[in-house]
Amino acid sequence: MEVKQKALFDYLLWLGDNGLILGQRIAEWCGHGPYLEEDIALTNISLDLIGQARAFLSYAGELEGKGRDEDKLAFFRNDREFKNNLLVEEPNGDFGKTILRQYFFSVFAELLFEKLSASNDEKLAALAAKSLKEVKYHKVHSQKWLLRLGDGTPESHSRMQAALNEMWHLTGDLFENAESDNLLFSERIAFDLAETKPHWSKEVISDLLEASLQIPTNAFMLKGGRNGFHSEHLSHILTEMQALPRAIPEGKW
Amino acid sequence: MKNNLNLYEVFIQPKPGLPHQHVGSVHASDSEMALQNARDVYTRREEGRNIWVVPSVHIAANSPEEDGYFFDPANDKIYRAPMFYNTGNIKM
Repeated sequence: MEVKQKALFDYLLWLGDNGLILGQRIAEWCGHGPYLEEDIALTNISLDLIGQARAFLSYAGELEGKGRDEDKLAFFRNDREFKNNLLVEEPNGDFGKTILRQYFFSVFAELLFEKLSASNDEKLAALAAKSLKEVKYHKVHSQKWLLRLGDGTPESHSRMQAALNEMWHLTGDLFENAESDNLLFSERIAFDLAETKPHWSKEVISDLLEASLQIPTNAFMLKGGRNGFHSEHLSHILTEMQALPRAIPEGKW
Repeated sequence: MKNNLNLYEVFIQPKPGLPHQHVGSVHASDSEMALQNARDVYTRREEGRNIWVVPSVHIAANSPEEDGYFFDPANDKIYRAPMFYNTGNIKM
């Protein structure tokens, strides 16, 4: 692969891995949702994200041209090769934490896909436009819950505040560009994430305040997802997700 | 279920111009969330273009004991169902 193609390949892996890992995480709720309707809502979101992951990963495989399809990329890479952000590998915790993680990510994904719908790479633009419709809904759904839980009972409020304190330092990682992204910026294939950050902060802070939550003042942000530096949680989720295809590599069912 | 959820009846309009049809019910904390839940539960396969949700407590229904005087009087008024007119060759 030439350098620019490799940069796009890595970029697509990042987009795909975010969908794949968050989709897999939310799938853990399947059959365990707080009640039937929300169980279905969470499963819907999970399926949307896994669908997005398939599209981005299969495009990545095409670009690479080594015969790796989306399944090969999903199931036969190790933790250090995963480029997803730290936020999406974070364990579900309680329903409030799952919702807040979804909210943080969906606000980000909406801004990102809006920009990418105008990418000079036509295929990436088309995939982003399709994903945009889905993440808009994910955002609205998690935002409505955030407002209700944050501003709900003392119990729901304290759980949301705890979730916020637990995850705030993971949000900065979303806006880390990869070094190779520069090649994509100059061709207007991708966009500097620093442009997105102020929009994300403005929207998120306003919603958190409306949900009567206190934003942590600690400015420390943990980073490294796109470079393959992950929390231990990623290895565990990969073990569960990859065990079957690795045990029976050509298995069909 | 010990919680703050209410029951809502869900009505879905399959296409613009068609009447909304009752499809079932959902639990939700309020009407906005009921719309979200209805969307997720009942329109996953593009079944509708518009959704109404109504708190179930606001639905007034007749009781089965009233069936007699509610519906029976229509029994012997067959002329209200004009099925015996010959519509000939009228094309619908």
